[in-house]
Amino acid sequence: MKRIWKYLREFKKYCVLAPLFKMLEATFELFVPLVVASIIDKGIGASDINHILKMSLMLIILAVIGLTVSITAQYFSAKAAIGCATSMRHGLFSHIQSFSFSNIDECGVSTIITRMTSDINQVQNGVNLTLRLFLRSPFIVFGAMIMAFTIDFKAALIFAVTIPLLALVVFGIMFTTRPLYIKVQAGLDKILAMTRENMTGVRVIRAFNQENVEKEAFFVANDDLTKLSKFTGKISALMNPMTYLIVNGAIIVLIYIGAVRVNSGSLSQGQVVALYNYMSQILVELIKLANLIINITKALASAKRIDDMFNVESDMQEGSIEAMKPADEDNAVEFNHVSLRYKGGGDEAISDINFVAKAGQIIGVIGGTGSGKSSLVNLIPRYYDISSGQLKIFGQDVKDYSYKCLRDNVVTVLQKARLFKGSIRENLLMAQPDASEADMWEALEVSQSKEFVEKKAKGLDEFVEQGGKNLSGGQRQRLTIARAVIKKPRILILDDSSSALDYATDAALRKAIKNMEEAPTLFIVSQRAASLMHADQIIVLDDGHMVGLGSHEDLLASCKEYQEIYYSQFRKEERA
Amino acid sequence: MSDKSENKEKKDKKDKKDKKDKKDKKDKVEKKEEKSVKTLKSGKNDKSSQVVKKLLPRLKNQRFFLILSLLMAVITVLTTLYVPVIIGHAIDLIIGQGQVDFDGVFAYLTKIGIIIAITALTQWIMNICNNHITYHVTRNIRNEAIEKIESLPLSYIDKQSYGDIVSRVIADVNQLSDGLLMGFTQFFTGVMTIVGTLCFMLRINSLITLVVVLLTPLSFLVAKFIARKTFSMFRLQSSTRGDETALVEEMIDGASVVHAYSYEERAIERFDEVNEKLGKYSLNATFYSSITNPATRFINSLVYAAVAVVGAIAAIQGRLTVGQLASFLSYANQYTKPFNEISGVVTELQNALACASRVFDLLDEENELAEAEDAIDLAEPDGTLKLSQVEFSYVSGQHLIENFNLDVKKGQKIAIVGPTGCGKTTLINLLMRFYDVKDGSISVSGIDVRNLTRRSLRAGYGMVLQDTWLKAGTIRDNITMGKPDASDEEVIAAAKAAHAHGFITRLKNGYDTVIAEDDDTLSAGQRQLLCITRIMLVKPKMLILDEATSSIDTRTELKIQEAFNTLMEGRTSFIVAHRLSTIENADIILVMKDGSVIETGNHQDLLEKKGFYYNLYNSQFAV
Repeated sequence: MKRIWKYLREFKKYCVLAPLFKMLEATFELFVPLVVASIIDKGIGASDINHILKMSLMLIILAVIGLTVSITAQYFSAKAAIGCATSMRHGLFSHIQSFSFSNIDECGVSTIITRMTSDINQVQNGVNLTLRLFLRSPFIVFGAMIMAFTIDFKAALIFAVTIPLLALVVFGIMFTTRPLYIKVQAGLDKILAMTRENMTGVRVIRAFNQENVEKEAFFVANDDLTKLSKFTGKISALMNPMTYLIVNGAIIVLIYIGAVRVNSGSLSQGQVVALYNYMSQILVELIKLANLIINITKALASAKRIDDMFNVESDMQEGSIEAMKPADEDNAVEFNHVSLRYKGGGDEAISDINFVAKAGQIIGVIGGTGSGKSSLVNLIPRYYDISSGQLKIFGQDVKDYSYKCLRDNVVTVLQKARLFKGSIRENLLMAQPDASEADMWEALEVSQSKEFVEKKAKGLDEFVEQGGKNLSGGQRQRLTIARAVIKKPRILILDDSSSALDYATDAALRKAIKNMEEAPTLFIVSQRAASLMHADQIIVLDDGHMVGLGSHEDLLASCKEYQEIYYSQFRKEERA
Repeated sequence: MSDKSENKEKKDKKDKKDKKDKKDKKDKVEKKEEKSVKTLKSGKNDKSSQVVKKLLPRLKNQRFFLILSLLMAVITVLTTLYVPVIIGHAIDLIIGQGQVDFDGVFAYLTKIGIIIAITALTQWIMNICNNHITYHVTRNIRNEAIEKIESLPLSYIDKQSYGDIVSRVIADVNQLSDGLLMGFTQFFTGVMTIVGTLCFMLRINSLITLVVVLLTPLSFLVAKFIARKTFSMFRLQSSTRGDETALVEEMIDGASVVHAYSYEERAIERFDEVNEKLGKYSLNATFYSSITNPATRFINSLVYAAVAVVGAIAAIQGRLTVGQLASFLSYANQYTKPFNEISGVVTELQNALACASRVFDLLDEENELAEAEDAIDLAEPDGTLKLSQVEFSYVSGQHLIENFNLDVKKGQKIAIVGPTGCGKTTLINLLMRFYDVKDGSISVSGIDVRNLTRRSLRAGYGMVLQDTWLKAGTIRDNITMGKPDASDEEVIAAAKAAHAHGFITRLKNGYDTVIAEDDDTLSAGQRQLLCITRIMLVKPKMLILDEATSSIDTRTELKIQEAFNTLMEGRTSFIVAHRLSTIENADIILVMKDGSVIETGNHQDLLEKKGFYYNLYNSQFAV
């Protein structure tokens, strides 16, 4: 809740002005009966048509003022609600950008998306309604009560009892339904995730004729959501009938007490009518309020969920060093008894790794599926924090660098090639905003993508769909490599990122990187011995442990695991 | 016989062409509409009425609740209007000191008590009915949406941003549901109140009633005018919201890239750009639509003033008593209040309709080409396959695959190699019939695939793709996808064959470990092993392996290859691979380049040819 205040405070002015103008409007409404009374008393009473016309003009003037005031109120409240939502979205999005990988893993992509979209929408509606109408109701309710007290103290005590009773019902229902609305939202999240899954997995689902299974599962989840919504709705549906009962019950008592007091001479008939009118006015307000309360409850539930997301704190502390030492530092990367255990994961993903990569070297990382290759290289740009040991980049602990410095100098190309929607040019500029046309073509040439980009109708401006869906796997991979190369990093990590390339292209790629002007320290993670055999050092991993370190020749002579890998790929040719 | 089939083929082609033309036209129309929305020139009102037309049939099966709700609304309104009358009577009995008829007052008060109890009850029932209607309608629409997603052509899904579709199914349907609920609760009672009050007014004076009746449509006109103007604003708002959702999805899902390139700040900048736009459009839509309420209230105040003038003059002329004028004014007020509410609801409905139109756009998307009515169930594919003169491209006008011919005999192993982007994956899209050929034909077991049910065709294949997709659920759920009734023994046997059993048992809950869709607990290789296990379990007649082992280390791959070899015995299989070592023993190797096959033959033939394959093969040993 605090968070919403923070964002609302930015629009303090509007938040105050909107209800203020609403109250003005209500006040002008209260003048109308007085004018009408004057028409009846003076106009009709004295048969003064002039007065009637004058007073009617007065009514029209009141209407015009009401219109102006009310539109102003609407404007301010729309401005506050939307401004608040817009800046909240900005705040949340920025906050999420500070999440570490494990944060995102924990929250889940689809949950984050719902928070960003439908939850903030709910809050926007809630704020708008609150400013426009919610604050008007107490004004009328308490105003009516005060007026009642000026008429007759004893009869007005009924108001003093009725209003807390009404508050009990209104807030009681709000209180019970709030957790229910949170559950409804969770059900909605589930449906959202399923919808998404049905699109990301469309090929597999259709290949296995799973359409019906998926549909059934969706139907079940949707049914659960419907049931829960209906249950919650049933409780909310009590609001109107209950307030109606209470207010009219109070009217019955009011008339009875009125009858007694009129009989004893302490109250007039007209005063009873006035008291009754005030009670009715309260009812009308409450009916309006009841219609809003559902939306406001939903908004509160959403606000809480948004707040939860804001409360997720990044689990890494950023360092402060802004620049890496110049290249005279010899040891580019130094692993010193490094181990990594993932949050919530069981065993160590990698254990006790020791090696030194000299600047400019090519380091190969090889090993079986799940042996920890990616885990190892993910530590270098500090995607995850090591659990024990020490990891130094150019002589400094990796934790001492600022993220920007670290990631400007260490670039990883991931196995899963991800491109963003936009042109090829925009995708390249994403890595290096000030890259020139020549830089771009150079990067494309190094990554072996020049040829196919040239063939595209629009060249660099060819459009890339979300996720690069309109490119082949190999093209995507090469473009992601181009995007990395254009940064001219000090350390470049290719995490199995040429798996979709054929051998010829793969070889040409490695050669091109080696021949780059300022050749980076290069880490190549691969399953193919052919991609690594010319590396300066090869790290052989097995089940998270380093079982070999050395050149191709050394390892082929001494490392059993490496031999197995190698001979599984080069059978007859090498043995012959 | 052959004549007949030829005719049929022609007819099919023609039908397809017609459909295509229609689609093109539709696309154009849609584009035009988008444009008009963008320029905000004309909010097409017929558009919203179209949406209503689509919504109405979906309310049909809620008839019982609709009628009940209507009935309850009538009772609620009548009793609500009646209560003040009795209260008036009761007050009439409280004249002054010592002049109170207690028995009479008691009688009236009891009556009031009974009536308000009835009102509360009917109101509650009405609310529950409305809840029921709304939630069932939205549930059904969501169910329809998922059915649609399951039957959309891949060409649509591949093109669409997932975030946008998700936002239609979730956020837009929600907005529709909110609108419906508000509409039912307030619209019915509003209309009833108007009718009821009208009757009470007519009983007092018909002339002034006429004034009221003639003037009030003004407020409807104003409401309608504003609604028409704002419809396009709402649509713009929700389409911008869709854009924003898509961007959020891209940036969150691609967080790895965002972090890798310190793209956070620029991601925020890009987000802000859309966000500001959304804020602007939202402000327009919200503000302009919220003018409705004050505007109609203003008209009502004018009506009120008119009644006051006409009534007061009539009173002076003696045609109306003061008391009657007073009640008239209060009724006029009561009469116009529902108009305010209704017009408020109309804005909400307008927003709901704009969202609904996006949902219906999705629901109205064309399905995959319908199966022929006499489509055959391919029971037992014999393993033969023929592609003749196949032509295909994703974008009309461009040529990707041209004049592709291939004759596959039972049990043959077809390998497809070639540089990246040469059309290998496209071929698989065609074999699985994810896409239909533009020209030519593909037949399985001698039958054109377009005359087969998709289900049976796809069941005939076992497919492992490079993109290893697993659904949220347990490991077991994922393995038994193709054979839900598989026994534990079968599952374990399949997992062992795929060499996945070992790592599965090491997981926390073994086969019952729950994985999320984009889970990182499994490596790409492990995910691929699970995909292979799926196939090992089903043992389909034909196999498609698209880089099926690309993420698996070669030691394990060798072992899996053995299992595949056993599986492939006697089965027709298509293999796409970069590691040429895995396909050396294929019967036919298709060497593809730029969409067409440039060399065909077995490994030895192709090496002897010293052509493209030869170079490709040798390159894997070069630096």
